[in-house]
This record gives sequence, structure tokens and C-alpha cells, in this order.
Amino acid sequence: MAKKATAKRAAGKAASKSAPAKTAKVSKSDLMDYYKNMLLIRRFEEKAGQLYGMGLIGGFCHLYIGQEAVVTGMQAATKEGDAVITSYRDHGHMLACGMDPKGVMAELTGREGGYSKGKGGSMHMFSKEKHFYGGHGIVGAQIPLGTGIAFAMKYNETDNVCMAYTGDGAMNQGQVYEAFNMAALWKLPVIYVIENNKYGMGTSVERISASGANLHDRGKAYGIPGDEVDGMDVVAVHEAAEKAVAHCRAGKGPYILEMKTYRYRGHSMSDPAKYRSKEEVNKVRSTSDPIDRVKATLIDDGHASEEDLKEIDKQVKAVVSDAADFAQSSPEPDVKELWTDVLLEA
Amino acid sequence: MAIQLLMPALSPTMTEGTLAKWIVKEGDTVAAGDVMAEIETDKATMEFEATDEGVIGKILVPEGTEGVAVNTPIAVLLEEGEDASAAEDAATEAQSAPAEEKSQSSKEDAPAEKAPATPKAAEAPAPEPEWDGAMKSQTVREALRDAMAEEMRRDGRVFLMGEEVAQYQGAYKISQGLLDEFGDKRVIDTPITEHGFAGLGVGAAFTGLRPIVEFMTFNFAMQAMDQIINSAAKTLYMSGGQMGAPIVFRGPNGAAARVGAQHSQCYASWYAHCPGLKVVSPYSAADAKGLLKSAIRDPNPVIFLENEIMYGKTFDVPDTDDWTVPIGKAKIVRSGTDVTIAAFSIMVGKALEAADALAEAGISAEVIDLRTIRPLDTATVIESVKKTNRLVSVEEGWPFAGIGSELGMMLMEQAFDYLDAPVARVAGADVPMPYAANLEALALPQADHIVQAARAVCYR
Repeated sequence: MAKKATAKRAAGKAASKSAPAKTAKVSKSDLMDYYKNMLLIRRFEEKAGQLYGMGLIGGFCHLYIGQEAVVTGMQAATKEGDAVITSYRDHGHMLACGMDPKGVMAELTGREGGYSKGKGGSMHMFSKEKHFYGGHGIVGAQIPLGTGIAFAMKYNETDNVCMAYTGDGAMNQGQVYEAFNMAALWKLPVIYVIENNKYGMGTSVERISASGANLHDRGKAYGIPGDEVDGMDVVAVHEAAEKAVAHCRAGKGPYILEMKTYRYRGHSMSDPAKYRSKEEVNKVRSTSDPIDRVKATLIDDGHASEEDLKEIDKQVKAVVSDAADFAQSSPEPDVKELWTDVLLEA
Repeated sequence: MAIQLLMPALSPTMTEGTLAKWIVKEGDTVAAGDVMAEIETDKATMEFEATDEGVIGKILVPEGTEGVAVNTPIAVLLEEGEDASAAEDAATEAQSAPAEEKSQSSKEDAPAEKAPATPKAAEAPAPEPEWDGAMKSQTVREALRDAMAEEMRRDGRVFLMGEEVAQYQGAYKISQGLLDEFGDKRVIDTPITEHGFAGLGVGAAFTGLRPIVEFMTFNFAMQAMDQIINSAAKTLYMSGGQMGAPIVFRGPNGAAARVGAQHSQCYASWYAHCPGLKVVSPYSAADAKGLLKSAIRDPNPVIFLENEIMYGKTFDVPDTDDWTVPIGKAKIVRSGTDVTIAAFSIMVGKALEAADALAEAGISAEVIDLRTIRPLDTATVIESVKKTNRLVSVEEGWPFAGIGSELGMMLMEQAFDYLDAPVARVAGADVPMPYAANLEALALPQADHIVQAARAVCYR
């Protein structure tokens, strides 16, 4: 497989093969990291789904299963001080930023030990320490916000970059283009990562997009470069991320990366996903699963044995299991918390 | 150990469902993600997927069973190396220990934890220090500009952005001279995209910068309402106190003159409705300056409602670059004994005019300039009403759910026994603002309306 795997290598291509596609050749340690990080997100999300089913997690819960390669590959290209902001499908992003799975899971269960002391929930978590700026529940709102974070980076004369993630569903929001315009005008260091999982809730991109299924060229009118990336291939994602990050750090302004990806679960827990066929989901799962792809490469290239990977599985499972235990044993927030954090003291 | 598979909740409101169909049978091997069963709720049919790998040891609830409560064990999954006896054990355990353990979502068990009905009453801020130094004569426009310039000199994190604020020197010349002094890094002309640049400002504030976002008028800020409320006002709470937005949104509010319905609305009540915001609306130049400086230094999002007609009015302003007025403190601008008139922004002038007319009729009116709408200085209003036993509230905005409604209700709750007459409201007419000069005058509160209302509550 070609090493230059970034642009123009759509998920569809990989999906047309019958066996899992493999990833490009990269170092063993990178691959092992990808594997472990993606597996952590998947197992975490599966556990979240399970706790939701048990009634321990309430309200909305949007799972990231299937899209793990996107945030894993992107975050591999960041350095200290780079920021992340995203929509409400945000658990994977928090784990990829290095936030503690215990704190994330405990927020999902609405407990004191959660990142927001149980007051935010699945869609609203933040970590100043890890430069994670949320978790936003209004479609598209994180794009101007992320552009503002990049504005601050430039204002403060750093060479940091803000990764502003969005789904395909937000790409017809007016505020997205208002932000594109300002980011290009002021050359702000922001990468707009469009996680195109093909459906905005139950509506496919094709059905609501006048410009078709491709979204990476939506910045063209503002002179923002955009690449299409196989978002199911973590190595391709990482390569694309490196290129975009270099562009931003060099002061050349914003960059768009459209990740062709897929979510295996419904839009949220209560979505039966009747708008697509089981065959479609199964095909993606069996032919281009991001974790299976890295696994196949690791084994075929002799980097790891089934046993080695099983050991990683075990470790990840233990982390997730600890997080779930913590999320159930951490108490509900003190009733006094109802009235705190509304305003800071002047 | 064998794992009990429980009837899942598939939506925020589901309490029971029908186990429509088993896709697997006893003895089947499943991996995480495999569909095991179909479950029907009143809304949809959902697939129930395995989250662990193993072998289906026993099916406890046959397909076709209706009304299966959430968390009822429906099957037993055997892990690697376990045999069927483990399934039997788990099944027995399931029967003897029904699904009551997880009581987290049950609401009945929490009455003892009733939260206090209201937050701890915030301590009223100290009034601004008495100023006995030199005064200078300044327009509200100049006072606002000086406030921004002084704060920008004081703190490098403060910057100003908005439409026409830089090269044009401000649509209403509030930012006159700021571009020259601070350069285009800190005085930034934006495109005409309120939603976008308000969001950008909030994002910058999340990182610790101190943006001042100017709206050419607050009428245009309706496009930015989502970012102001959902992003700026709520993030501190949603983050458990980790991250907030120290930002000022400022610009003219309310009617100017003959600019029609879309440019003549008062938003005081809209913003004051929302926890997480502070809302300020000054009348005099000294207060405009002192309150804007406090707003810029405040770590919370502050809505700063100015008035276009007031921009050119001249007042005495303390001649110092460190004049601040605390947010949350009203001011008695005229003392009186017979009736309290509470107003803000341009309506304070109308109230003072009315007080003069009332004095001629032998009625002594006390006029309170609320200055801050949220947090409202209720103590000052109540103390005044204890003396006068009457309140007339004056605002330019519409009456329904307005600031007057809040003042009236607040007195009902906190000073009912002191009232000798029902609270009277003077507010804008409940119509979109007309353009015709005569109709516009009728739509806006005038001093005479205030006089009539004051006489009515004094029964004179």
C-alpha cells in the first residue's frame, strides 16, 4: 500500500475489498499506541452503552464506536498546548486528550467524581489541564468557539493549533462559514476536522447537501485547503494531520480535513438506525474496521502476536472496568452543588 | 464468572419493553457487537448487542414476552472456560435477586436530599467609594471610550472586536482613537456576522483572554443569542466551575429615534432571564464608565446595554483612570418619601423629569437608577418601598415578563406588607415599534405616563 495515504483515498475503496485492509507501514511503537488508544475508546464506549442500558447513564449518549481512528490519528500529531473542541459525540476525544476515563465515565453517570462534578453530562465535559474545551450540544457552535481558541493562540503568539471537530451534520450551519471566513481572513491556526460518518442523525449527507457527499472543499471560497482522508485508517489520518498541523504552525491559516468515517451505533442510544441497512453496517465493520486494520498489520508484519494483543485487550478492559466501577461508586453530587458555578466571584 | 444479561433501557424514558425476538440460542458463541435480540419499545424496535464475548448459557426470558422491566435478567452469558452449571447458578441468583439493586434512577429514594429552594442570598456589593476629587464634564460616549482605553492599557488580555470598531472609529464613535493607540491586533473590525464573531469571542474568552464584543446594536445580537446563552452563560456551570467566559457584550439597546421595529427593541428582560449572565444598563456617564470598567474586569459574561440617545448627553465624571462602580448596586438618584420610581438607562431621565412634575403637585418621589438588572439590587428597592410604600417601575421594553413584572413579583415575595398600593408598571406599548413620529412617541414611555402612574398609586 502506498505510503502517501492521505488525500483522495476514500473509505469506499477499502470497503470494496472483502478482507480487512491493512494500514501503511509505520513503526511498531506507533502502531501499538494506535491500537491501544483506539481499543480504549471502543471498550469505553461499549461499556457506556452497557451502563446506559442499565439505567446508570441517562439522557443523551452519543457513542463514537467506528470512528476511533479519526481522533486517535489526529491527536498523534499534536503537542503540548494544542487544543481540542468538539460536538456532543465527545467521549473518544476526551480519552484521546489524555483525560482520565474514570472522570469521564463518572460524568456520564452524573456523579461527583465526574469532570463537571456531574453537572455537565455526556455532552458537556471540559479539561483546562488537557486543553479540552468541550463537549458542545448545539450543532455547529463549536466551530466559531474553536476559531476563537485559535484566535487566542495567535493573539498570545504561540505556535499552537486548535483542532475543531465537527460532524457532517453541522456542515450546512451558517455559523460554520462565518467562522471559516474569519479564520482565513486572520490566518488562524485551526484545523476543521469534519468527521463525515455519512449521517446527520437519520439523514444521509447526500439527501441534505446540495454540493454532494464531499465536504472537504467547503472552504474553497475562502481559500482554505481541504483534504479528503480515509478516516477508517489511523495511519492515513495521522499523515493528513501532520500535514495540516505543519500548515497551521507555519502561520498559513486554517485547514480542513474531511474524514470519511462511519459510526456503527445509532445517532444516540435511542436511535434504532432504521435509515440504513444492516448489510451496510456489517460491510464497513467487516472490511474497514479501524482497529482490525491495525491489528492485521501488527500481526502480519510480525510486530505482535495474538497473545501480545490479547494482553493489551486485557489491560484496556481493566482500565474501563475500573472506570465503570468508579462511575458507580462515586456519590451523586452534594445538593449544594445545585447553586454553585453559576457565576465566579468578581 | 457468568454474566447476567439485563433488559436494557434503550431511550431516556424507557421503563419496560417487549422481548420481540432472540437472534441467538443457548450454546451460541457471541462477540462484542453481535446482535443477540430485538427489543420493542413503544417508539421503535432496537437491536440488543453483546458487550462481552462468551457463550449464551441460558435464556431466561423467552421471546414474545411483553412488559419486561428494564434491568430484569434476560439471559446468562458464560465466559471462556465456564460450563452450563455456572449458568444455572447465575440464573438462580437472578431469580432471588430481582432488579432492584440499581436504584440510581429511581426518584423516590431521594426526598431527604431536598435542595434548598433558593441559593444563599448573595451579599450586596459595597457601593462605589464617595468621590471628592476633581470632576470633568464628559459625554457618555467619551466615558465609554475612556473606560475601554484605560482597561486596555491596564490589561493586555483585553481587546475590542465588532463591526466598524477600528478604521471607522465605531458606528457611534464609541471606539474613537482606540485603533491608533492599540493597533489592529487589539481593535478588530469584524465581518457583519454576529453569530460567528460572538462565538469566536467566547472561544477566546474560554482560554482566558478578555474580549469586548461590540454589537452595532443589540437588535443584531439576536443572531448571536445561541453563543451568548448556550456557550457564554452556561459553560461555567456545565464545566463544574473549570472554565468560564470573561467577556463583555456591549452596544446600544432599545429605541433610538425613528428607526422602526427591527432596530428599536429593549433586551434587558431577555438577558436578565438567564443565570450565568450579568446585565448592566447605566444612565449617567460616570456610571457608564465605572460599570464598563467593572464589567471588563469581571470574570463572568456581562451584557452591557447602552442607549444611543444617551451617547451625546453630558455628565460630571470623576477625573481619574481608576473609577469603578460595582455591578449589582442600584443608586438613589433623588430622595423622596411618597413614592418610589425604579428605572434604568434612558428612562432614569424620564423618571427624574416626572419627579420634578410630581414635586410641583406636592408628591415627593424617590428615583432609583437600577444600573444593574442582573443581579438586581433588591435591597435598595425594598428599603425605599419600606419608606414610600409604593412602587412605579419604568422601562422602555414591553410589559409582558418585563423588568417591572420582576420588580412587582419581588415585592410580593419580600415586601408585601409594606405596600399600600399595587405596584404600577410603565412600559413600552405592546406593539412592534412604529415608524411614524406620533405613533413612536405613543409607543415609548414618557414622563407624563410616569406622573400618572405615580399619582394613581398615591391615590392623588
